[in-house]
Amino acid sequence: MAVRARVVVRGFGWRHAGRRAWAVRGVDLSVEAGERVLLLGPSGAGKSTLLAALAGLLSDDSGEQEGTVEVDGVDPRADRDRVGIVFQDPESQLVMARCGDDVAFGLENRGVPAGEIWPRVDEALRRVGFPYDRDRPTAALSGGEQQRLALAGALAPRPGLLLLDEPTANLDPAGAALVRRAVADAVTADTALVLVEHRVAEALPLVDRVVVLEPGGGVRADGPPEAVFAAHGDALAAEGVWVPGRTVPPRRATAAPGAALLTADGAALPPRLAPTDLAVRAGEALAVLGPNGAGKSTLALLLGGLLRPGAGRIEATRELAGRDAATAPHRWRAPALARRIGSVFQDPEHQFVTGTVYDELALGPRRTGHGEAAVRATVDGLLDRLRLARLARANPYTLSGGEARRLSVATALATAPRLLVCDEPTFGQDRRTWLELVDLFAELRDGGHGVVAVTHDADFVAALADRRLTLTRDPAAVAA
Amino acid sequence: MISISPVAVPGAPLARRNPVAKVAAALVFSFTLLATLDPVAPAVAIGVELAVLPLFGIRYGVLARRAAPLLLSAAGIVVTLVLFAAERTGRTLVEAGPVAVTSGVLLTALGLALRMLAVALPGVIVFATTDPTDLADALVQNAKAPARFAIGALAAFRLVPLLGQEWQMISMARRARGVDAGRNPVARLRLFVSTAFALLVGAIRRGTRLAVAMDARGFDAATPRTVARRQRFGPADGLLVAGAAALAGAALAVSVVLGTFRPLIG
Repeated sequence: MAVRARVVVRGFGWRHAGRRAWAVRGVDLSVEAGERVLLLGPSGAGKSTLLAALAGLLSDDSGEQEGTVEVDGVDPRADRDRVGIVFQDPESQLVMARCGDDVAFGLENRGVPAGEIWPRVDEALRRVGFPYDRDRPTAALSGGEQQRLALAGALAPRPGLLLLDEPTANLDPAGAALVRRAVADAVTADTALVLVEHRVAEALPLVDRVVVLEPGGGVRADGPPEAVFAAHGDALAAEGVWVPGRTVPPRRATAAPGAALLTADGAALPPRLAPTDLAVRAGEALAVLGPNGAGKSTLALLLGGLLRPGAGRIEATRELAGRDAATAPHRWRAPALARRIGSVFQDPEHQFVTGTVYDELALGPRRTGHGEAAVRATVDGLLDRLRLARLARANPYTLSGGEARRLSVATALATAPRLLVCDEPTFGQDRRTWLELVDLFAELRDGGHGVVAVTHDADFVAALADRRLTLTRDPAAVAA
Repeated sequence: MISISPVAVPGAPLARRNPVAKVAAALVFSFTLLATLDPVAPAVAIGVELAVLPLFGIRYGVLARRAAPLLLSAAGIVVTLVLFAAERTGRTLVEAGPVAVTSGVLLTALGLALRMLAVALPGVIVFATTDPTDLADALVQNAKAPARFAIGALAAFRLVPLLGQEWQMISMARRARGVDAGRNPVARLRLFVSTAFALLVGAIRRGTRLAVAMDARGFDAATPRTVARRQRFGPADGLLVAGAAALAGAALAVSVVLGTFRPLIG
């Protein structure tokens, strides 16, 4: 029943207002009704910009366009009824307080007669396998459920073209699998699908065609997945695309772990984290695993000395804190904390304090009382090490996802802490940044630092972790 | 903490009324009371408000909790005025050192506190019994408010509780970076301002993403919107507004009859 859509893109280019470089340029592409396309390219190739153009979201006053984009012969900006899109972040795409109302929102906007709205809402919720009724508050859903609801909202108006912009990037593996199954089940045979997704191996079962954008302009490759990866796999992997079937050599510890740095003794924060025992050692990479809601991030904040445990104790050893070991880390002054324990947050932007990348890196060393010459040496070393040198004068808020992640790790390292605690450090990263992070953490570990990483990323754990701690939602069973 | 969810027992006869009617009734009632400065009319009005409370399905304990900040500020008004008012008329009731409480001051203070309570309570009652979605729907359908404004504000409202979590995250992230203020009040203020700035930047970005997502779902389309949830403004809703006006008028009348009426103007 969906409108059959045919996408035709000719010589398309887009330059955001105020930028010199084109975000995307010279793209020719046509997608027939029923085709399922995975859009690939190194980061910065303009995948999301092309998707926004197909959704009709690039308004005339926000930049400059070349060429044409047509969905069924119409510019999607003039008539968006044929296109549905699901974005990455569930929090900023749900509109209403109740699930049914949220799906109805798109139908109301498109002037669907009132009598047809609720049957279509129910149908869309059924198609994505939504387990609750319409009155369920959207705030009570898990991330995976919110994304399935967003998918139902995009499908309810029966678009001929469905666009997915990394819809599973923010989810744990179980949630991501549910969303992918919902996509596979819910998209009808005559709907065209264009998907942007980092984790290529997981996305391949959903698509029958791969289009690779060339950074700097044009389409590099276009065809069935096997053919594209056979011809371009090596180059794509080198540029950071997660080409399937390419394993990563593990980086195990070269020496036995050293002394304990930090211990948790029944540390808990009800209701977010059940009592947890744990010792973090020098020269060891510890991975903290478990489903969403098990309290992994809370544990990272407790170990980072940023939250006070509700019960139990977090204690630093003399090895980590010298005479300050008698006081709990959450009571240390911030500069003392930053010298000993570095924390890398899930969202890099939470950590940015200053106006340039250089100042951002210099902040920690200055705060901990280093002279300007020592600060400069530290900052220059980190800029080189993490490929940020050409961005030294850029504003941290303008960085790409990979650059922001590298900067946030670098800022934590700038004060040379003995222990590094990271929350989802590899989340949403391309293969190149990912490999760099694994190398960097392995080096730190082998240099006698302690590394704790809270993560869903099984490949990262396989490559780096010397020891694993799995948290469960069951408050009884938590042990290292 | 801002509590935003309604607390009424569902199905209470007045809680079920159209949200626009409830807001209109509250406005009519409150504005009428503003006409006088005496304590009698607000006291009668508070009596009326408490008497109709069961019809809104709110228990007295629940209202007391909701209105706690209001009661506190009322108490604050009384204490401040009694201690510091310049004009000390009437009989002296209590004298303790520099503090002299006179009957005139006490009456003025009580009058002001009662006025504040009487004027604010209708609003508390309406928002305690109204779902924000229903209010936005009714504003669009019955009060002809633009959907772009009403539904947009509703969507933004949904993001408000996130700001608290975000504030905590930013504060912790700064501490992890070695930034804290210690006991220095100037450093504290600077840290507060820079945390607030980061919060604002994040809120604007999230708001922009939400606006794009809403437009992607046709919110900016030229097609006239239809409505999934019908809000009706019936005779009972008109009666509610009329009743509120009549009751507020009655409170004023009592004050006039008793001779305590003091008009705001003139």
